[in-house]
Order: sequence, then C-alpha cells, then structure tokens
Amino acid sequence: MTDNIIIAGFGGQGILFAGKILAYTALVKGKQLSWLPSYGPEMRGGTANCHVIISDEPVASPIITEPNILISMNKPSLEKFENTVVSGGTIIYDKSLIDREVERDDVKVAAVEATGIATAEAKANMANMIMLGALIKATNVFTLDEIRAGVEKAVPPTKKDLVDYNMKLIERGYNL
Amino acid sequence: MAIVFEKPHALTDTPFHYCPGCTHGICHRLVAEVLDELGVEGNAIGVAPVGCAVMAYNYFNCDMQEAAHGRAPAVATGIKRVHPDKVVFTYQGDGDLAAIGTAETVHSAARGENITVIFINNTIYGMTGGQMAPTSLPGQVTQTSPYGRDIKTQGNPIRVSEMLATLDGPSYIARVSLDTVPNIKKAKAAIKKAFQNQIEGKGFSLVEVLSTCPTNWGMSPVEAIKRLQDDMIPYYPLGVYKDIDEK
Amino acid sequence: MSEKVLMKGNEAIGEAAIRSGCRHFFGYPITPQTELSAYMAKKMPKIGGVFLQAESEVAAINMVYGAAGAGARVMTSSSSPGISLKAEGISYIAGADLPCVIVDIVRGGPGLGGIQPAQSDYFQATKGGGHGDYHLIVFAPNSVQEIVSLTADAFNKADEYRVPVMILGDGTLGQMMEPVDFDSVPEAINTDKDWATVGTGLKREHNIINSLYLSPEELEKTIIERQNRYNIIMENEQRYEAHDIEDADIIVTAYGTTSRVVESAVKTVRAEGLKVGVIRPITLWPFPTKIFKEAAKTAKAFLSVEMSMGQMVEDVKLAVEGQAPVHFFGRTGGVIPTPQEVADEIRKIAGGLK
Repeated sequence: MTDNIIIAGFGGQGILFAGKILAYTALVKGKQLSWLPSYGPEMRGGTANCHVIISDEPVASPIITEPNILISMNKPSLEKFENTVVSGGTIIYDKSLIDREVERDDVKVAAVEATGIATAEAKANMANMIMLGALIKATNVFTLDEIRAGVEKAVPPTKKDLVDYNMKLIERGYNL
Repeated sequence: MAIVFEKPHALTDTPFHYCPGCTHGICHRLVAEVLDELGVEGNAIGVAPVGCAVMAYNYFNCDMQEAAHGRAPAVATGIKRVHPDKVVFTYQGDGDLAAIGTAETVHSAARGENITVIFINNTIYGMTGGQMAPTSLPGQVTQTSPYGRDIKTQGNPIRVSEMLATLDGPSYIARVSLDTVPNIKKAKAAIKKAFQNQIEGKGFSLVEVLSTCPTNWGMSPVEAIKRLQDDMIPYYPLGVYKDIDEK
Repeated sequence: MSEKVLMKGNEAIGEAAIRSGCRHFFGYPITPQTELSAYMAKKMPKIGGVFLQAESEVAAINMVYGAAGAGARVMTSSSSPGISLKAEGISYIAGADLPCVIVDIVRGGPGLGGIQPAQSDYFQATKGGGHGDYHLIVFAPNSVQEIVSLTADAFNKADEYRVPVMILGDGTLGQMMEPVDFDSVPEAINTDKDWATVGTGLKREHNIINSLYLSPEELEKTIIERQNRYNIIMENEQRYEAHDIEDADIIVTAYGTTSRVVESAVKTVRAEGLKVGVIRPITLWPFPTKIFKEAAKTAKAFLSVEMSMGQMVEDVKLAVEGQAPVHFFGRTGGVIPTPQEVADEIRKIAGGLK
C-alpha cells in the first residue's frame, strides 16, 4: 500500500508543515516515507508544494508525478495538479480560496471551507490543519489518534502547547 | 670564541634565492629574529604566498604551508581556527595581498582574525618579471604600464594600511620601511608587536613593509633605496595607522 | 537500535560529519545546500567546533586547505557555481595531498543556471574541475540514510588515502526528509598525521604543506606517487548497488536521485515481463567499471539515465568496451525525468532488441 500525497498552495499557508505532520505520523507508525518540499525564493506568497510518500515498501522515486491524494489550497495549484491525480484518487480543496469546482468525475472530491473556518475560529494560516482533518475523514491514510502522534513530533519541543491547538483544528476539519 | 653575530635559529640553512639588493632577505631575517626572541619558533606556523617569497617555506624553520595566490589569509584562518594556541603568520607581497587576495585580506582583518600579516610593498610584481602592481605609483613604468601608470585608465594605487585601519577588526596596523638602519630597527619593533599582539590574543595585526625591487625597477640597489625614500615614502607615509593599545 | 528521526539530506550530512569527528566547517551560502551551513552554525559552537562563514567560496576552500594542512577533519559545502569557484582550492588540496570532504549539492547550469536538482556536474566532479592530474573520490548517495554512512566513509577514505573526497548530491537529496538513524555510522579511523603543520615544538624538521615543484622531474615524481595511490583506490574502492543483472536483457544505470526514479520505472517494466536489471554507481570516481564489464558479458543493451545531457554515459561506454550498445536518456536544467519517461525509453530499447 502506497499513498502519494501532494499538498500545494501559496507559501505561508503551512504547506510544508502539513506535510511534515504526515511524514512524522508515518514515521511513528513505522511506515516507509519521504517528504520532499519545493524550494527556492517562494517562502511567502509564491507557490509551494510538498510531496509526501507513505508506503509499506521502500520509497523509490520521492518525486510524485501521479498522486492518489491532492490537497489543494489555492487555485493555481488545483489547476496545475488536478489532471495528475490517478483515477479513483482523492482531491481535497479549500473552497474558501478556490472559486471553481473540480472538473474530474473519476475522483473523490472534498470541498472544505478551510480558510473561512480557520479565520473565524483561529487564524487564517491554520487552514492547513483543517485540511489535514478533512484528509483523515476523506481517506484512510491515518486515524485521528495516529495523527496526534505525528503532531507531537512535528511541533518543536519548545512549543508543546501548540499540539492541542493544532489537534483542535484537525478535529474541526474532520468533523465538518 | 665569543659569538657576536649569528643566523637566527628560525631561519633554515637554505640560501635565499632573492636578487642582489632585494630587501626580502632583510625582512625574512627580521621575522626570524622576532620568532627567536619571542621563543615561538616551535609553536609557529607560517603561510607563504605566491610571488617572490613563494619559497619562504624553505627558509623559515617553523612549520609552513604554501598558499594559492592571494589566499594566505584564508589558509592562515583555517590553521588558526584549528590551533588557536599556535602563532600563525602570513608573508605576502603586494600583488598577492592587495590585488588577487584583497577579499581575503579585508575579511580576515574585519574578522579580527588573530593572525600576523607581513605585507611586502615594493610596488611591482617581482616573480613574474615586473608587471604593474596594485601599489605601483602613478606614472611608474612597468612591463604592463610601459608608458607609466596612467591613473585614468589603470587606476590608483591602494594604500592598504590606511584602508584596513578604518576597520574595527585589526588590533595593529603599521607601515615601516627597510631603507635605513634606524628604519629597519623600527620595522623589527613593529613586526615584534604584531606577533606579540597575536600571542596576547588581541587579534589581526599587519605590518606593511616598504621594500625594494632593484631588478624589476631597473636600478642598482643604491638607486632603489633612493627611489623608496624619494618616491614611495611620500606616497606611503610611514607610521602606525591603528593600535588598540593607544586608544 | 536507536529511534529513527526525520532529517533533511543536507542536515544529515552535517550530523554525520560531526559524528565522524569533523569540528571545522567553512561555508558560503548558496541554494540548495544552505541547510547544511545552517545546521553547522547551530551545532558547532555547542560542541567546541568551528563554523565560519567565509567571504567567498574561494576563501572557504582555502580555509579548508589550511585546516586540513593543520591536521583537522574539515568540511566545506556548496552547489555548482560555488564548486567552480572552489576548483582552484580543490586542485591545491589534491596537489598538497590533504584530506578533506567537499559537499556538492548540484543545481542546474551552466552559468547561474537554476536552483533545481541536476547532475550536470558529473564531469566537473569526476574528471577534474580544477587544473592538473588529480582525482577526488566521489560518493553519490541516493537516500538520506546513505548520505549518513557515506559522509562517515568520506572522512575515513580522505584520511586513509590523503585525498579530498566529494559527496555529490542534488537539490532533491539535500532538501528531502527521510527517516534516518545513526547506528550504522562507520567508526572514524585514526591516522597518524605526522605531516601536518602543528608546530615543530623544536623537536623535528619543519613540515611543509605545498604543491609547488619547480623541477619537472620532482613534480613528475609526486604525480606518479599520487597516481599509484589512485590506482589502489580504483582497484579497492569501486562501489555500486546492483540487482537483477544476471538474466537482464537491458541494464539501466543511474546514480543519486535519478536512481530512485529508475527504480520506479524498472518496477513497472519488470511487471510487464521485461528483463531489466539495475546498476547504481555509488562511487562515481572510481567508476565501478568491474561490474559493468561483468554485466556486459550477458546484457544486450545498457541505458544510462541522468539529469544531464549525457556525462556518466561516457564512463559506462568506456567500461562496457563496445560489448553492447549503450543508450542514454536525460533531462536537464533542473527537470527530473519521470518514471513514465524512463519506462518508455526502456520499452523502446526492448522493442529494438526483438
């Protein structure tokens, strides 16, 4: 079993951090994994994406060309990656920021008011956690309990109070 | 029989290859005498340049490294960071220190790297046969400024001591000359202070030593000394440009 | 076994270097290797080590020269344009027989090029880069875990043979995170560096670190002595990973990140029934010629896949010695070949064989 997950959006949306949580969760679970960020002068405002592969076998290419899961947090990324998702895969997108629907009819789609809810209930840049919650609901990559272990690892030891904060928003996304 | 004069221990028995009348020999001796007097020869690591002093590693009795052209301060930095308790010095000419190695010179000075730099300024590239140096004087005839250095097209000389003295990093910057016995004595005192500063952990010290190159200047040794006095010293005034002890 | 941690390739190099006794690092910022410098800047002061950001790559490599000549285990890192600047110093280091480790996280070139992963500096790494008859041992890891073991090996081999060793990665390897543990890090070997400049203590003749020999006969002697060492390295240090080569019709070869892409492609075409094997060079110099010679006895074709316009393929051809056709497929400029493209290329070659 292998999950090829692309998370994409603007720099500053916590794309890489969301990927890190998945990577750490896989690590705790004893899975094979790779986490590959886009890099360059795009820390804020530009496009950012992150390839996370979670597998029972050693990961061959860490570069995903055909994801089975796409988490899209802005319109350019949906337009870039929509057609790369394998048939039967899952697309989760932030409805607050993307004013169009997924055109594919051979994939499972979850449209989430991530930024809207995050802005109202926490901060706009926590939309990534809402998206992770939606991911857990829409797929069987991880359970909520499993991802908590990942959050605990991904959050720096000096900011342990952020674990519950992040989990609250992940659960919010899960329960939508 | 009482010994009244001998070669410093910090010099090897290898005969110098320098031209007659060249002041490199005097400067080597001054450095060696200072190493002897401070008792640090066994503790010293020198870095030789590219230029006429390229084979200084054969002349100094301490451990030596030969650096690429201009890179001696970087090499010395590497050595000093490995052995902060050793006495590390470079011995460089004007092309090496003030042209190709300007960045290494300025930044090791700015870092206050705790090393000693002996800088031979003879206003010419000696080893390659007499080309224009960054310190060649306006109007100076060299192989690559055959009509005299034209500052409009070939730029102005760099006064290294003045330039480095503007930095916060150096602890001691002085310009000395090897033209007379009294000046040679002053040069030795400056070199000694530059090493003493390092031993005391005060940071970067540089002594600019005005020197002669009779061969490439096309002069006799006596004429060369006269040029140093008449042309160089007015352009490159002697003195201490920075001394953190004199604050 | 200790718990695995997630680390970026660049950081894993730093941690492995520290565990291998490296206490001196001289760097200069350049994408995509900067995390290594940042890691060293953070760690070195806490363990009594030295991190120094030099004024240029030129200065950094010459600081490495000085520190290596002074007997330290020392590292610098850069990416392609920066390695071009270091080439001068690397040549001097090779000429003075100094051990050190140079990391090159390759990006697209020539010129300023780009910042995305590339393998277009294979020639620079394996055929020189600087002037003179010299070689670096060049390690090409393909995972974060292998980065760890090869970094430790790099210091050991550098000391053992008194040669500079390069770790050749690319932006993908440097930036990606994978689980890693440090259990298998080889122990640091202890060599007596009696040639180093540490001060004579007035107890011995002075040591001289130098690459200048004005007498041609003398210079030739040093080069031949070094070549004899290179010959031993070529004999003893060829490393590779290979699978399914015994009955393979086609052998695909790739190193570093590209070898991971190739594994994905080979899995696909093997499932289709094609007899395809893989040779992954781990040392690029010395190139693992022996396994290629051996495989060429039975394989009908070779395919070298690279992120370049065809560099390693020349070494494959030299090793295969005309016993089988050697094909090439590459993307460059920061474009990473896809498994689909590579699989198509393999199918094309297989079609030609029938």
